[in-house]
Amino acid sequence: MNVRARIVDWIPAIVVFCLGIVVWQLAIDIFNIQKFLLPKPASIASAFWTQRSTLWSAGWLTLKEALGGFAIGSALGIVFATVLARFRRIANALMPIAIAANAVPIIAFSPIFNAWFDPLSPSPRMATAGVLCFFPVFVNTLRGLTSVRPAQIELMRSYAAGEVEIFRRVRVPTALPFIFSALKVATVLAMIGAIVADYFGTFGSLGITIKNSVSLFDFETAWAAILTASILGVAMYVAVSLVERFALQWDPTRQERGTA
Amino acid sequence: MSVVEIKGLTKTFTKGNVTALRGIDLQIEPGEFVSLIGPSGCGKSTLLRLIGDLTSPTEGTVEVNGKAAPKARADHDYGMVFQDSVLFDWRTVAKNISLPLEMLSWDRAKRKQRVDAMLGLVELQGFGDHHPWQLSGGMQMRVAIARALAFEPALLLMDEPFGALDEMTRERLNIELLEIWRRMQSTVVFVTHSISEAVFLSTRVVVMSPRPGRIAGSVVVDLPQPRTNDTREDTRFFELVTEVRELLRGVGADEHGAVEAETR
Amino acid sequence: MRAAATKTLTLVVTVLALAGLYELYRWIWVTTGWSWPFKVDDITLPHLWTIFRALGEPSRSQGPLLITVLLHSAWFTAKEALAGFAMGAIVGFVLAVGLVHSRLAQRALLPYIVASQTIPILAVAPMVVVWLKAGWQSVAVIAAYLTFFPVTINTLRGLQAAEPRAHELMRSYAASKWQVLWRLRVPSSLPYLFSALKISATASVVGAIIGELPSSIQGGLGGAILNFNQYYSIQPENLWATNVIAAGLGITFFLAVVIAEKLVVRRAPEHVA
Repeated sequence: MNVRARIVDWIPAIVVFCLGIVVWQLAIDIFNIQKFLLPKPASIASAFWTQRSTLWSAGWLTLKEALGGFAIGSALGIVFATVLARFRRIANALMPIAIAANAVPIIAFSPIFNAWFDPLSPSPRMATAGVLCFFPVFVNTLRGLTSVRPAQIELMRSYAAGEVEIFRRVRVPTALPFIFSALKVATVLAMIGAIVADYFGTFGSLGITIKNSVSLFDFETAWAAILTASILGVAMYVAVSLVERFALQWDPTRQERGTA
Repeated sequence: MSVVEIKGLTKTFTKGNVTALRGIDLQIEPGEFVSLIGPSGCGKSTLLRLIGDLTSPTEGTVEVNGKAAPKARADHDYGMVFQDSVLFDWRTVAKNISLPLEMLSWDRAKRKQRVDAMLGLVELQGFGDHHPWQLSGGMQMRVAIARALAFEPALLLMDEPFGALDEMTRERLNIELLEIWRRMQSTVVFVTHSISEAVFLSTRVVVMSPRPGRIAGSVVVDLPQPRTNDTREDTRFFELVTEVRELLRGVGADEHGAVEAETR
Repeated sequence: MRAAATKTLTLVVTVLALAGLYELYRWIWVTTGWSWPFKVDDITLPHLWTIFRALGEPSRSQGPLLITVLLHSAWFTAKEALAGFAMGAIVGFVLAVGLVHSRLAQRALLPYIVASQTIPILAVAPMVVVWLKAGWQSVAVIAAYLTFFPVTINTLRGLQAAEPRAHELMRSYAASKWQVLWRLRVPSSLPYLFSALKISATASVVGAIIGELPSSIQGGLGGAILNFNQYYSIQPENLWATNVIAAGLGITFFLAVVIAEKLVVRRAPEHVA
């Protein structure tokens, strides 16, 4: 792995970032954009600093909720998919339901989760994050476990391999790219879920910070909090990507794509 | 004027520092059917792709119809057929054949006429509205050939087109290909692994040696035309096959090598 | 025909089975009084029957039937979602076409495109509403925001999906970049595009509902959710009923894309085990 080449890869993105900040700062001055619409990067940066303790504790809280939801939702998704891969009939019957359930706007369930769990505990938010993670992971894992080429199954049978062996040696490796793909999506969803759930809650996490700041017209803090959430989401995504890179070293199509 | 004129051609791939071809000189006259044969790594496919300007030489020149290869490509001077027929599965058979014509902006009526003619040429009339996956491997290859000939190029470049087919389909398509060659009076450059196929089809067989790729020799095939299944049982046929095989042995392709024995 | 009938039958049976499981779970938890993961009573898990009955009753005294109210709200939200879906799909597609032609652009912009999805849309929604002056346009923009990302990423993959030999074939025709795009890349990308559109279909509905919340738009499903959330402890069934309708809207959008896909995409059938 050529480290220098990979750092060079990031230069265009960094250039765009710096340009973006500069343009942002200038545009506000030139077009006289009101600060309540879009604060200057400089003032957002200073809000970051002055509010850092609030942002830190709120961010940490939200991160825990998102991670908790991510872990539970993804684990359940994988477990369910593994079980259903075995019972193909039931899986086929449930697929349309799973897809339909994925279509339900999660925001509609937040109030119900608040009624189920103590609104002051992290549970409603973890539940929201978990539900959002469950479906992509479930659907993708199931697809991955069942996308094995018939020829490969036949080969294993010619070795008198049982279902467990086939699962271990063929289905799981085939499923891994699908699973990681879904996990990456799930990290982002978990973060969004945790924050969306805050809309109906009253607890001291990032979503509340944002909501309160907006209502106080403190847009600098609001943006600082939004960026915190964004950074945390990206951090989770990158973490999963690194694990994926390690686990899927053998997959040639991954490198060619060069996309997220 | 030769159809293909190659002088002092060398091709190195920087990745892995491989010299695929060194010092190739080759001339192909109009109407010839030239096969390129050799063991794995002799660069025959690379040579074909250099003629088609799908890759560029490191040294030397490639001229097609008296022009530089890139210009010949831009002028649509040749048609190409790959081992994997590379049909677009979102298009019907007829639309696959008309692809190059659409790119040349032919009008609809002219396209339909030519496509129908091509379907007749490869004996797939009535299959125009099918999709590629509904056809057998041999039929798909015939569509690929029809597509390559759609705008009637004088030169046909074929990279092991029948490699993925069974022997019987192969032999039948060999005869069909010769018929098409005769009718269209094209020039064909044909890459193959099979000695018997090379001898059966060609007017000349060019044998290549590997590492680095070079032309080791060529065998002129003086069998009478038109060639039929009977030709395969001709004594002269066996003699020529043996001649080619000896040349190949000389360049390091033994019976277990990447070149097919005649009896399989 | 037989296949369709069997499929529908399986679906109905599955739904009924799941409904049965729900009621069974409910009955067990109520009888035993277990409180993990949460306590079960009429407030937290209303009977399925009461939910459906609530649809047939007025939501306010002398008001229209709940189901009428909800269907109106659903239609309201659907229009916003559709606008957002169209916008997002077009932006996503154009972005993908731009990116596929430039590795540099990919490296420069993709990190931000991915990062854009980490920004909690719910948090940005109030600001979008202020920028664009509350109204259906801001809701559509928020819906578009959730829609464009899957389309961009998947279309980009699809545009790169054609085998190298096919690209060589086009090169042998001296095809221009434009010709390669429309004759090879775009047709190859259709399965990926529709895969993304299926995700986007539901995402646009989610976006529309989320967009309505800060705009205090009363006429859509977002408004209905906020409304019935307030009275949840008194009448939980109304909120559950709203969710059923919201689910129905999401599913309808999804099915529309599935049908469109069946009409547009003709490919070799996949062989999977």
